[in-house]
Amino acid sequence: MSVELLNFIETVLNGLMSGVMYSLVALGFVLIFKASGVFNFAQGVFALFAALTLVGYQTGQVPFAHLINELFGTNYHNWYASMPNFLAILLTMVTMIALAWIIERLVLKHLVNQDPIILFMATIGLAFALEGVGDLMWGSDVKVLDVGIPSGGSIWLEEATIGLAAEGSDYYGMYVDVLNIWATVIAVILVVSLALFSQYTKTGRALRAVADDHQAALSVGISLRSIWILVWAISGFIAMVAGIMWGTESGVQFSLSLIALKALPVLILGGFTSIPGAIIGGLLIGVGEKLAEIYIGGYFETGALENWFAYVMALVFLLFRPQGLFGDKIIERV
Amino acid sequence: MIYKETGQYKSSYKSDHAIFPLLQDKIAFSTLMFIAFLIIPFVINSYWEKAILVPFLIFSLAAIGLNILTGYCGQVSLGTGGFMAVGAFSTYKIMTYFPDMNIMIIILISGLITAAVGIIFGLPSLRIKGFYLAVATLASQFFLVWLFNKVPWFYNYSDTGQITVSERTMFGIPVTGAEAPSYATYLFCLVLVVLLSFAAKNLIRSKMGRSWMAIRDMDIAAEIIGVPPLKTKLSAFAISSFYIGVAGALYFAVFLGAIEVTESFDIMTISFPVLFMIIIGGLGSMLGSFLGAAFVVTLPIGLKFLMVDMVGLSAVTAKHFEITIWGLLMIVFLIVEPHGLARLWSIAKEKLRRWPFPY
Repeated sequence: MSVELLNFIETVLNGLMSGVMYSLVALGFVLIFKASGVFNFAQGVFALFAALTLVGYQTGQVPFAHLINELFGTNYHNWYASMPNFLAILLTMVTMIALAWIIERLVLKHLVNQDPIILFMATIGLAFALEGVGDLMWGSDVKVLDVGIPSGGSIWLEEATIGLAAEGSDYYGMYVDVLNIWATVIAVILVVSLALFSQYTKTGRALRAVADDHQAALSVGISLRSIWILVWAISGFIAMVAGIMWGTESGVQFSLSLIALKALPVLILGGFTSIPGAIIGGLLIGVGEKLAEIYIGGYFETGALENWFAYVMALVFLLFRPQGLFGDKIIERV
Repeated sequence: MIYKETGQYKSSYKSDHAIFPLLQDKIAFSTLMFIAFLIIPFVINSYWEKAILVPFLIFSLAAIGLNILTGYCGQVSLGTGGFMAVGAFSTYKIMTYFPDMNIMIIILISGLITAAVGIIFGLPSLRIKGFYLAVATLASQFFLVWLFNKVPWFYNYSDTGQITVSERTMFGIPVTGAEAPSYATYLFCLVLVVLLSFAAKNLIRSKMGRSWMAIRDMDIAAEIIGVPPLKTKLSAFAISSFYIGVAGALYFAVFLGAIEVTESFDIMTISFPVLFMIIIGGLGSMLGSFLGAAFVVTLPIGLKFLMVDMVGLSAVTAKHFEITIWGLLMIVFLIVEPHGLARLWSIAKEKLRRWPFPY
């Protein structure tokens, strides 16, 4: 194989892996949008909040330590030195479920039947509030998140591919981050278990019923409120997984919440209402972005196409299919 | 009894079409204009200018622009920051190429350039709508900010990537640059805002404004009764972008003086706050644009005063608190009054009309 071809394969592979990360965030959006019709802008901040909480539990930080110390002149910092990863993740899950419950109680309940734009603005408010609470609770410094997922280049893959190039060419093998491989595996497990859950359990069927038709679901006795709490909790859980992945890669800091903006083109590409759409859209965007960076980015000599390329890609796509790849067909009547 | 309209007869089409048909409104408006033009310029100081009045005026203009698009024409846009950046950078480029041109003309031309850019980015609205469109407008935000950040021609190849305004005068008094006196920048913005607001108000009452509202209320029905969607939507994008572009030009030239595009026109610092202004003020209301802008500009100042000066928190913690309260207020506001401050005002007017009687 020629070096160009190998480089191309490597790019596509890396694109697919980063696409998985986008899909993870987009998945949370789609779940909430299907079940409650809310376009949840706070999904990225969910991931940030989950990651912050996880680090906080791991290192035993006292919540609101900064605030308490400033108000009362005390000097609290840590309760304990460390906590097992398993326990910390479990506790974070409980926190995210509690958060879903609080959001349903305090926000969604009061906004039933409002315009979608109002609900959307409310989730922007939620994003601000959660970000502030997260910072107040755990401090805004950049934190290192380590739950034992290995990272760095995969040496095995590098050695396995080094021989593929033609003799005499200086090819050093493919570089793929182990973390991304792990992320892919975990994402696949997550999606499969979600699919199984919604196909084969009673709650899962109720979930799909609500996604299909709110009123019909209500009339056969499904409690909308508990389903909403459940959906928001599942999204919170997915956000936690995304937060762990992105947090391990680049540290837990404010920029983590911006992955929501990365997931939006994935959403319009895949369609707001389709779970397979979110996944395939994420993969397409991931690959497209990486290929563009390498093969088109060179012509601009400015680089950093990443910020907008995904949007333009999604936009061009939308011109041909306004409902996205797998979205429900838009039928309009007067 | 305070706000009664009995006895005020409209006996001509002209009086029927007046912007302020009631005497009370006329008095209130004239008083407001009197204070704004003849009192404030004499008492204004640098703090009031920089912290409250000038940003209020500029953001009102941006809010009117977005309200035309989102409130009157129903096309949700999240690209406000990008369009404001277009206004700012056009002003900068025109300033460097035509050093003798009047600043007022420069700013209006920047508005026109932004309108042209707005039409281009409005094209997807012909195919897609709702949230799909909202996300698509984000493309303009990211693309434009990237463009101004990465193409050195736009910032004249300066090392920092910053653009800095040079001094320009109106009637011999500097209105831009560091030397400009407070009253001059304030009056400059005020004149533009008043003129453009009247223009917007009248546009909305014209055929064009009515076709925007028809498209907003139900686009298919509007198309069937003969409202051309292409012309209507693109004109809304163009005019909205014109206002936002002028706001961006003022934001750069008069208010900040020197900007760095990724910081000053970020989605979090411009696009969302402006959207919040029109929602909290009232979608599809001119008054709402002003009320929303006033609310959004003054709230952080009030919060900061409360947190840092009264409670004595450190600046960082106060900032976090501010974000939290900001978000919570947004939610509370949307729950209590989804139609915004303009709706509260019309309720208040209704109450004043029959006061002191309950019915």
